[in-house]
Amino acid sequence: MLRKEDRRFIRGRGRFVDDQQLPGMLYLAILRSPLAHARITRVDTLAAEAHPQVKLVMTGADLAARDLAWMPTLSHDVQAVLATDKVRFQGQEVAFVVAEDRYAARDALELIEVDYEELPPVVDVRTALAPDAPVVRTDLDGKTDNLCFEWETGDAAATEAAFAAADVVVVQDMVYPRVHPAPLETCGAVADYDAVDEKLTVYSTTQAPHLHRTLYALYSGVPEHKIRVVSPDIGGGFGNKVPVYPGYLCAILASVALGKPVKWTEDRSENLTSTTFARDYVMRGEIAATRDGRILGLRSTVLADHGAFNGMATPTKYPGGFYGVFTGSYDIGAAYCRMTAVHTNKAPGGVAYACSFRITEAVYFVERMVDRLAGELDVDPVELRRRNLIRPEQFPYRTRTGWTYDSGDYEATLAEALRIAGYDELRREQAERRGRGELMGIGVSVFTEAVGAGPRRDMDILGLGMADGCELRIHPTGKAVVRLSVQTQGQGHETTFAQIVAEEIGIPPADIEVVHGDTDQTPFGLGTYGSRSTPVSGAAAVLVTREVRDKARLIAAGMLEVAPADLEWEKGSFGVAGDPGKRVTIAEIARRAHGGELPPGVDGGLEAQVTYDPANLTFPNGAYICVVDVDPGTGVVKVRRFVAVDDCGTRINPMIVEGQVHGGLTDGVGMALMEMISFDDLGNCLGASLMDYLLPTALEVPDWETGYTVTPSPHHPIGAKGIGESATVGSPPAVVNAVVDALKPLGVQHADMPLTPSRVWDAMNGRAAPPI
Amino acid sequence: MTSLFEEVSEEPGTQVPVRRVAITVNGRRRTADIEPRLLLAHLLRQGLKLTGTHTGCDTTNCGACTVLFDGKPVKSCTMLAVQADGHEVTTVEGLAGASELHPLQEGFKDEHGLQCGFCTPGMMLAAKALLEENPDPTEDEVRWALSGNLCRCTGYQNIVKAVLWAADKLRETGGAE
Repeated sequence: MLRKEDRRFIRGRGRFVDDQQLPGMLYLAILRSPLAHARITRVDTLAAEAHPQVKLVMTGADLAARDLAWMPTLSHDVQAVLATDKVRFQGQEVAFVVAEDRYAARDALELIEVDYEELPPVVDVRTALAPDAPVVRTDLDGKTDNLCFEWETGDAAATEAAFAAADVVVVQDMVYPRVHPAPLETCGAVADYDAVDEKLTVYSTTQAPHLHRTLYALYSGVPEHKIRVVSPDIGGGFGNKVPVYPGYLCAILASVALGKPVKWTEDRSENLTSTTFARDYVMRGEIAATRDGRILGLRSTVLADHGAFNGMATPTKYPGGFYGVFTGSYDIGAAYCRMTAVHTNKAPGGVAYACSFRITEAVYFVERMVDRLAGELDVDPVELRRRNLIRPEQFPYRTRTGWTYDSGDYEATLAEALRIAGYDELRREQAERRGRGELMGIGVSVFTEAVGAGPRRDMDILGLGMADGCELRIHPTGKAVVRLSVQTQGQGHETTFAQIVAEEIGIPPADIEVVHGDTDQTPFGLGTYGSRSTPVSGAAAVLVTREVRDKARLIAAGMLEVAPADLEWEKGSFGVAGDPGKRVTIAEIARRAHGGELPPGVDGGLEAQVTYDPANLTFPNGAYICVVDVDPGTGVVKVRRFVAVDDCGTRINPMIVEGQVHGGLTDGVGMALMEMISFDDLGNCLGASLMDYLLPTALEVPDWETGYTVTPSPHHPIGAKGIGESATVGSPPAVVNAVVDALKPLGVQHADMPLTPSRVWDAMNGRAAPPI
Repeated sequence: MTSLFEEVSEEPGTQVPVRRVAITVNGRRRTADIEPRLLLAHLLRQGLKLTGTHTGCDTTNCGACTVLFDGKPVKSCTMLAVQADGHEVTTVEGLAGASELHPLQEGFKDEHGLQCGFCTPGMMLAAKALLEENPDPTEDEVRWALSGNLCRCTGYQNIVKAVLWAADKLRETGGAE
């Protein structure tokens, strides 16, 4: 089915946040720190306030006077809204200006004078815990170091024993560099406080409107029932639009102060330097195996850079996200991970960019380690994986780190990828090319995702259980409206949720309107990220429709004067078993539900609401094969082919699934070859614009070759698993494995992302990549 | 930005130098009194309320603001609105005819060439300029022509298919839109 939402986007009639123009609306701009670490000694706003078009200027001191200078983050830390004592990363919010237009607001920023006393910055994650390292978080009582948290999972002793018994142990250090989700639309908000009704409306780029509403209430003191968050069309999220940013709160404060709508729209450099980054894990891997390639143990030691504030969007009990799935698709006897997270003078974040709560890192880690082991044993990487894959009959499979995978047939998924790629032929071609001195590489990734957070006994964000609501109403004429707690940012929910309901109730998708993103109109839920929409909200949509159908059955029984149990449901109508003439459609039932006689005990209307608490996550999987050519004279990597076979169980809309995969594969190629947010010794952000932060264009990516297998999730009501992030998670290791494979004749065993020509050239010439 | 489109501020000292321009936008002549520094993208979006033109960056890389300037694709974030004085500008809102969609709009929908929809207007306009110059492009030529337009959702493949779909349709109908 083609997408319903396309009709407005192809006409330029989408409704994005910056498209909002309200009467009397003012414009907010933020002054940002030019330094990574410095004490603020003076802020002079007099000249800015004197600017004729300026309506309001506020500094950290102004907010502190109202006890509003700090806000809670999604990781139970706090973050400065506007800096008070000192700045802790370049690009941090220091003051804001509200003016009659966005040009004047920017002019006025330049009139604010700030005196800084520079402090040495903490930039290198490896030395952040050194005894003499400057302390980033002097705001926290008694804090004398930069430790953010320590976390472990798995069984250290069992893993140690497995290593002791192994024939082969391979150790590899690797970096998953800091990258940024960089949605094409940046973050922004229009806050509109109505002083008469004391009601606050916030149009904002949020993937989790209900979560934001609660946070706005906690922060601002405006009661929650007087706050309406509207997330209109969003120009891509990719995890960037989950956290609450200072800019949203500044707009809210300004609107409350001025009684007028206030718009804040960040520019690209602000987006890249101050909103949530992704990854930034420095990992040491150790893998233990028998001589014949049976993996006995896997150990991971992670140093995580969380920036100045722990702003990571993650379930409370999972400070390392779902990194615990780092044993991947393999039946490994013992596993252990120890993670140390630190503060540095960089922007906060960590979980974003289709990472499914750190599974990008986990999958990259295990797929690189397995490849390294294959190299050490001189076994084909596909063959080594086959010897260790979890077998179909082992599901539900409990990993040594405590995750219960729901279903999978990894061998079948891999076989399909090998078939599409023509793997054996590729290896023959590679041997020929190697004979001619050409550098051709083939990379494999066989990954398992964990999406659909999550069961509320285990998973909450700031105490809010990760369940999702769905409401369905059938109107008297048989048309329907379905209201979601999740929020699409391009993933096609307006289409796919109509399809889900249509399948269950027999009303055509065109007659079902999907409402989302408006907290006044939709049931509570935690929003869209972590590929959780289909697993959680999709399940809620199925169940609410079945509840409505159950009621429709009672009404139909009354209309047909039979017992409900004598009715059979078929394609949008109930019929009496064995009597084809006696049948009522859902539209006829809907009309009766709103007028006319109803069976005793049945109330009027035809609608229901459910909140779905998932029993488990869903565990989609995939097998990816990447073919690259490396130019031996320049180190330029060309991705020649990419085969992606995904298994997300039941596929609601194959066209949309494929589009999700295409986008994620492009992310993966971008991360593997081009993208990095790096910093110099002074903490200057070196990836602060699209001049330096390189995103793939149509020229850097190939035509994607996709395939699929279908292994339904047994616990999901229609067997559907999430898919949105699989390709971003699964593709970077395939690309890196391919490049390393290409460089194998030169003795290269590992090279860190991004594999830019210069870094590949260094690897080819035996020079280690720069540390980060 | 100016006063023609927003509430006029009568306070003294707020007067900034403005210049009157006349621009034909989507076939309609529009006049505005604007500051010389005003970017064309902002005039279109805020002044003329044609919000289909988007801004995705601040360094002229992304192409989300692409419009046709006398028929040629330009990034409207990198052109001053005063430079458009006396010229013709086509935005996404001018792409469809009175009753039907342009084949590129149909193609993007049919081939699932969009997801969040943010790059879509600029993509379609860049593609329109390509097809006018080269009605029968190869896939490589389409990729090259669209390399000034970033997309974060689609991975480009369906966009390429959409443009080739539109090219076929345009050739079948002799270029009639």
